[in-house]
Order: sequence, then structure tokens, then C-alpha cells
Amino acid sequence: MMRASIASIESFSTVDGPGIRSTIFLNCCSLRCKYCHNPEMWAMGKMNMSSDELVAKIRHFKPYYGTMGGVTFSGGEPLMQGDFLLDVMPKLKREGLHLALDTAGIAHTNIAAILEYTDLIIFDIKDITKERFYALTGGDIEDSWAFIAIANRLNKKFWLRQVIVPTIHDNSAFLKDLALYIKDHFPKENILKIEFLPYHKLGSEKYTTLNIPNPYHDMPEMDPLKCEQLYREFLKYYNS
Amino acid sequence: MKDEWQGFTPGEWCEGINVSDFIKKNYHLYEGDDSFLAGPTAKSKKVWHKCEELLQEELKKHVLDIETEVMSGINSFKPGYIDRENEVIVGLQTDAPLKRIMQPFGGIRLLEKELSVYHYEANPTMMAYFKEFRKTHNDGVFDAYDKEIRAARHAGLLTGLPDAYGRGRIIGDYRRIALYGIDYLMEQKKNEWDNVFIGTMDENLIRLREELAMQYRALEEIKKMAAGYGFDISRPASNAREAVQWLYFGYLAAVKENNGAAMSLGRVDAFLDIYFERDLKRGRITEEMVQELVDQFVIKLRLVRHLRTPEYDELFSGDPTWVTSSMGGVTTELKPMVTKTSFRLLHTLTNLDPSPEPNMTVLWSKYLPENYKRYCAKMSIRTDALQYENDDIMRPIYGDDYAIACCVSAMRVGKDMQFFGARCNLAKALLYAINGGYDEETKEKVVEGLEPITDEYLDYDKVLKNYQKAMSIVANTYSNAMNVIHYMHDKYSYEASQMALHDTDVHRYMAYGIAGLSVATDSLSAIKYARVKPIRDEKGIAYDFEITGEFPKYGNDDDRVDDLAKMITEYFSQELKKHHCYRDAEPTLSVLTITSNVVYGNKTGATPDGRQAHVPFAPGANPMHGRDEMGAIASLNSVAKIDYAKCCKDGISNTFSIVPSALGKDEDEQVTNLVSLLTGYFDQKAHHLNVNVLNRELLIDAMNNPEKYPLLTIRVSGYSVRFNRLTRKQQEEVIARTFHTKL
Repeated sequence: MMRASIASIESFSTVDGPGIRSTIFLNCCSLRCKYCHNPEMWAMGKMNMSSDELVAKIRHFKPYYGTMGGVTFSGGEPLMQGDFLLDVMPKLKREGLHLALDTAGIAHTNIAAILEYTDLIIFDIKDITKERFYALTGGDIEDSWAFIAIANRLNKKFWLRQVIVPTIHDNSAFLKDLALYIKDHFPKENILKIEFLPYHKLGSEKYTTLNIPNPYHDMPEMDPLKCEQLYREFLKYYNS
Repeated sequence: MKDEWQGFTPGEWCEGINVSDFIKKNYHLYEGDDSFLAGPTAKSKKVWHKCEELLQEELKKHVLDIETEVMSGINSFKPGYIDRENEVIVGLQTDAPLKRIMQPFGGIRLLEKELSVYHYEANPTMMAYFKEFRKTHNDGVFDAYDKEIRAARHAGLLTGLPDAYGRGRIIGDYRRIALYGIDYLMEQKKNEWDNVFIGTMDENLIRLREELAMQYRALEEIKKMAAGYGFDISRPASNAREAVQWLYFGYLAAVKENNGAAMSLGRVDAFLDIYFERDLKRGRITEEMVQELVDQFVIKLRLVRHLRTPEYDELFSGDPTWVTSSMGGVTTELKPMVTKTSFRLLHTLTNLDPSPEPNMTVLWSKYLPENYKRYCAKMSIRTDALQYENDDIMRPIYGDDYAIACCVSAMRVGKDMQFFGARCNLAKALLYAINGGYDEETKEKVVEGLEPITDEYLDYDKVLKNYQKAMSIVANTYSNAMNVIHYMHDKYSYEASQMALHDTDVHRYMAYGIAGLSVATDSLSAIKYARVKPIRDEKGIAYDFEITGEFPKYGNDDDRVDDLAKMITEYFSQELKKHHCYRDAEPTLSVLTITSNVVYGNKTGATPDGRQAHVPFAPGANPMHGRDEMGAIASLNSVAKIDYAKCCKDGISNTFSIVPSALGKDEDEQVTNLVSLLTGYFDQKAHHLNVNVLNRELLIDAMNNPEKYPLLTIRVSGYSVRFNRLTRKQQEEVIARTFHTKL
């Protein structure tokens, strides 16, 4: 049986997919997004839970999920523990649960097999050109594209997410390009939702505690109201 | 069939007192939504506006007025009105709204203190005579208490005992007056006195016969009191307005006669709805008029007041009266008992404004109509004034005509009563187990028969053994205290008007309680799974603890520790059950602190779970603040594991606070999610949930700027309270409490 390195479990969430859900935060990520608010999950920690233990816990939470809710794997980058996902997701599926994957799609693992068990992909776009993507995350956007291609082949449903960072994403040029990018990469009928998340600094204390330099130490937070305006502007481009 | 009963389906209820049968044969299930509800009438608005002014004034003065010439009594006061021409339901405790009653029978010293705090003086002749010629409940109790009880009480091991104030938690079946009229009820009692409860005059029979006579006279007094308002309640109510009015007179008599801590209303939704439906069908009344009756009835319930001291307010803050109004639920045949009046009662929170009283209590069942579940959830989100209790675990025990007294105490209406017993501080008891019965604060010996633990590091098995011994000894003392209290309460401060509205051979519960459950549980867990080193003073009493290593904490759905909470409740319950109770009462247990978790915490030294001395406990059965790290579901699951039917049949209180954005992005989604959450929680046989949907920032702002939030109502342990009536310390405690939120 597979074991996982789990950073934490949030038994009750209404923001990580439809309905009431439990979110499993898996350790390890290869990206170093400058705005990351979970830097404690970058490294792979101790293997602290088996798939059966996790299933047993989830079974206790299941009565709360109603008709829409379920389980979301997040992180870190959950795909970094792809083998564990492949072990645990079929077991959860047998419990009749709706499963979501909160991912940036960056990991070399058996993506297609994992997506077989995934009902919803919460996909973090991050940025839209190779250079910008690298500058923001240190990763390669081509990994992201490879993931999208597999997901599209399997006709998977998406919630798309874009973090909006002041000076980087809060301009019309980006919003126009983003609209085009989304149209180019995702079949419209598979996009259930597009969300903008205003950059916030709630994770900045963690950098101090972990004693790692915070690349966005001086970056101001994104005003949520301004972010909503930007979203409306984006929708104009997207729907035109 | 009596004239007043025309249009009702007859049944057993026509042959003898049986309100439950009347309801089940006649109520109209409503499965629709809230769109039928009517707004407040001009009359209701006028009456409520007048009350709002008075309530403002009361808030400034704390107590608006006190009647100092007359003592409590069913018919001691002249009729009183708020705005006579606009009141469709009448009756006040005294001759003026919010004027409080002197109730001396619980204890005269307490009354004198209450008067002096607010700079009032009772009629000196009356006081002099009363003190000279009348013994009180409080006098009686202290004549009988032994030194163990006194020590336990003094140290705060047993706290909040009703030995100087009214015990309350008795629900008269006020519906009986509306359905049968007073004369019939008097005839029944008279007949029992003449023909049923006769025989060899032993102590029990003598007491019962004396009580029956008192009950009979109380009914007569209620009739006279009603006559003072111009109503003849000797006969049954013949229409909707009379039904509400008759029922209210019964309740009003109770709060004129007694100042019990909790004076609950019972379960009236389906009952009153039958009368409303009959008049609606006959075309004699409109929906607006029905809502007007309900609104004005609720206005009256909101004005109920008792005279209290500031110390009492610290224990039970915000001037609560627990006019607990139970609604919803399903029959034993699983047919929902939801009627339009189950909606109308909650609708008063919209028509008037959110208010702590009456204490809106939804008897939640998975069989309730979806529309009603959603309406309740919506009202919770908008007002934070509802609590939910699991009908699916109470109904198998209490049937389908029970109601909640106070916060979480279920009893069959008119058939059960309870001897309220406040609570025992089980976190302190654990410290006694470690310190050999010495109090960690006063350094005095409180409990005899315990050996101190002198190890450098605490050994779980040793501590557990000592703790169980401590619980056995404390259970004995607690039981003795309760027997004394309720013997004396019956003797010197008998609730004749309320007991007259019960079956004479009433079933009694002895309702014990626990405080500090999560602290005791986590402390045992720390001792078991981490290393705990007591820091002892020169007398060897541990005043602090050093903890090395991790330990599982209650509130994370982790059986390793949750099983300890189960063990504590089950062990203590079993120890309590070993003792015979006064009047053969059946022992039960609650995990409920009300707001006294702050006071208990303040009286308790540092505990092995790492809690510092004097830090408040978590309320009720809640996990300690901030220790439920896995979020709301895991937290709820831990509480749900405590066994209601087996050991905590008097209720397990849990208070749940969540920020609106964590519940969903818009109201519709929030409603759906709250319904799912309640469904999940109660599916696991959990008992009770207070629901608050609000932001921590809002509370902080309200604490600093009370004038901005005059109506802000929140749920605390088992009841609602206006936030601005809490003490600063309690406000801080509420704010510190876990708010379920997410980044």
C-alpha cells in the first residue's frame, strides 16, 4: 500500500470545488511561484499516511458532502505524488465520491491514469508565455501544455484559476492575451468556471518562520474589488 | 364534543388530557416554502416600536424598574399593558413592561443583594415580616449541606448550583389551558386529590397531596389573573386569538410565580397552527392576522425578565431567560410536524428583528421537508439566532411530543420534569486526582481520600486510576448536593403553576452536568501520548505542567483522543447513576456550560494539556479554541462521538461559528452548504449545534463600537445573546473561539 507525505487536511472547504469538500494538501512541488502561500509544502516531508488511512478518514467526512461535494487533492503539486494518487483515487471512487485535482499540471507522472479518476480539474494557469511562466514560477510552460493536452483528450472538466498579481497581471494587455490563451487551450464547453484570485500576503509569515527569502516581500496585495473589475474586463474579451 | 372543539377531528384527546393525540389528529403538514409569509401589521409595528424604546432605556440602566411593593405570585400584580389599543395578545409579568419581580422564596439574601445592586429598596415592613416568618429554599439548603458539599462548592468544583436561585428547566404544558380550559384541568386535579392519590399517609403521599392542593389553587389563580385582563379561561379557547392568549396566560403565570434560570415555552408550532388553520378555513382570519398573533405573542416572550445579580450575569451572561421554543421534528411515524407556524415563528426574526428570545430551537430530522430545512438555514445565516437539536436521536427516547428546556434538555411536555443540577468541573477534578484532593488555587483540601501523584513525569495509568477515583468521590458529593437542593426547592419554592400543567405522576430527571470536558480530555491525551512533567510548589501541588512531544487533540476526529472524551463522560455518568436520587429521579448528564466556561476557567489552575491557569474553557462539548486543526467537519465529528443515548441524555452542546465566505459565495450556496453540514453532523447521531455565520472582524468592531451594533445577536452555548450584553471578557472569549475559515 502506498504512503503519502501529507502537509495537512482541511475537512471542510467550500472553495476547492463544488459543494462541501475535504481538501488534502500533499507535500512537494517543483515550481517556486513567487506568490506561493504554502512554501512549507515545497519539500517532500515524512511519509505520514497510507492510502487506507486517508480513505478511512474521508469516510468519516463523507456524510457532510451532500450531493455535490467530495474530495480535492491540492498541495504543493499533488501530481508530484502521482503514484499515491493512483493508489488512493480508485479507492475513493469506490466510495462514490466526486474527486477534484487542484493542479498546475507540472509533473512527470501517469497523468492520463490519474485523470481517469478525476471528475474536475482545478487548473492554475499562472501565466501564458514561456518566458513569463518561467519568470513567475521557475517552471516550463510546456509541461502545463502537455497536461492540458491529455486532459482535453479525455474530455475533462475544468475550473480555471488565475492569480492576479499587481503590476504583472492587472493590465488590459494581459487580460486580452489571457482570454485568447484560454480559448486556444481549453474547449469552451469543458470550462465550468474561471476565477481570478487576488494576490494576498497571508502566507508571508511562513517565509519568515521557514527562514527563506520571500521574493514578493515588497509586492503589495491585490485589492479584491479591483480584481473583480479586472475580471469583468476579462469577461468582455473572453466573450467577444 | 365541546362547542370550542367544532371542526377538530376527535380522538382520545376528547376523553382525557392528551395534547399529543390532539396535535397528531389535527395538524396540517406544510411542505411548501416561505413565500406565503406576511409582514408585520401596523399594530405590531407600533407595539414593537414602543418596546424598542423601552429596551434601549433598559440597556442603559441594565434594569428598567423593579416592583418593590409586592412579591412574586401568579396574581400578585395588576394587569399591565404596553400599548393597549394595539396589543392583540395581552399580559405582562407585572403592571408595566420590563418591570422586574422580587422572588424571595429561592433566597432572601440574594434578593436583597439584587435590590441593592440596582439601588432599590423593598417595602421594609414586608421584608421584615418575610424574614421573620418565612424560611427560604436557600436557608433550607444550607441547613442540610455537609462539609464536603460546601468545600466542593467553595472551590468551584461544583458551580452554578441552583441553591440560591430558581432551578427552572420545567416546562408547563401551557397548551392544556387552550385545549381544555382551566376548569377541566382543576376538575382533574380535584378528582385525583379525592380519589386517586389516597391511602397510607407516608412521606411521599403527604407531599404529593400537598402539592396537588397547591396545583389546584394555582390553576384558580391563573384563572383570576386572566380575568383581570378580561378573559374567561375557564372554558377552552374557541378561536386562534384565544388559543394564543390562553396558552400565553399559562406561560405568564409561570414567569410571575418563578424566576427559574430557564423558563422555556415548550413546543407550540403544530398546536397553534391547528387553531390558525381552522380560522383560516372558516374565513375568519387572514395570513396577516395570523402573523400578527404570532408576532405579538413573540413580543411578549421577548419582554420576560428576572431579577439577577452581576455574579449571575457572569455565569449566564446577557440576561437570558431561555424562553426556548421548540419547533419542527417528525412524528414517531416519521411524518414531519412542520406547519406554516413553524415558519411563522422564525419569521418573527424578520418582522421584528433578530433577537435572542425566544430561544429558537429547531428539532432537526432528516425527514423534515427540504423547504423547511432551507428556510431554517437561511434564517441562521441572516440572524445567528437558531439552534438545532437532533430529533432523530431524541424521538426514540422521548416520543414526538417533547420539547427542549433551557438549551439542550429534552423532556416530554407535561409528563417529564427535571431537577436542574448545573455542572461539575471535571478539569478541576483531574487536577485533584494529581494533587491528592488539594485545590490548586486555594491550596486547601477539597476532596478526601485521594493520594497525590508524586512522580516526576505523570504516568497515564496511575493518573487515570486516580482520576476515576476522584470522579467516584465527586459523583457522591454531587449527588448529595442535588438531593438536598431539590428537596428544599420542592419544600420552599415549589412551582405550583407549572406543575399544575403536568401529569400528577410526573417522571423526574436528575440533570447533572459537566464542564471542562475538552480540557480534561486533552490533558489525559497529553499524559498518555506526550511526556508531562508537573511543576510543583513547596506543598507538592502542581501549579504548572511542562509538556514534551506531540499528542492528539480532541476536535480532529482522532479516535485516540476522542475515545478519552467518551470514556470520561461514560465513566462519570456511570458513577452518578450509582446514587439514589431524590423522588426516584432518573439521573442524566449534560455537557453544557452556557457562558460559564469563562468563570470555570478563571477558577481553574494550569492543566496538563498546556492550558494556562485561568484561561477560559471551551464552551459545552466544544474542542478547545484553535486545537481543531483539521477544520469544521473533523471538529464536528469529534463532538458527535459522545454518546447521547447512553450517557448524555440531557444534551451535548456544540457551538459552531463560521465566516460567511467560508460557507459559500452567495446566500443560495451558503444555504445549500449549511443544510449539508447539518445533515452530515446529525447523521452521525450528534445532538446539538448552535450556528453562527459571521466575521470575526465584525465582532471585534462590535466590541469596540457597541453602539453601531445594537441588534447584533450571536449564539453562545445553548442560547442566543445580544453581543453588547456580554461582559468584555466574554466578548473576548467568543472572538478567540475557533472560527471556521479558510485561506
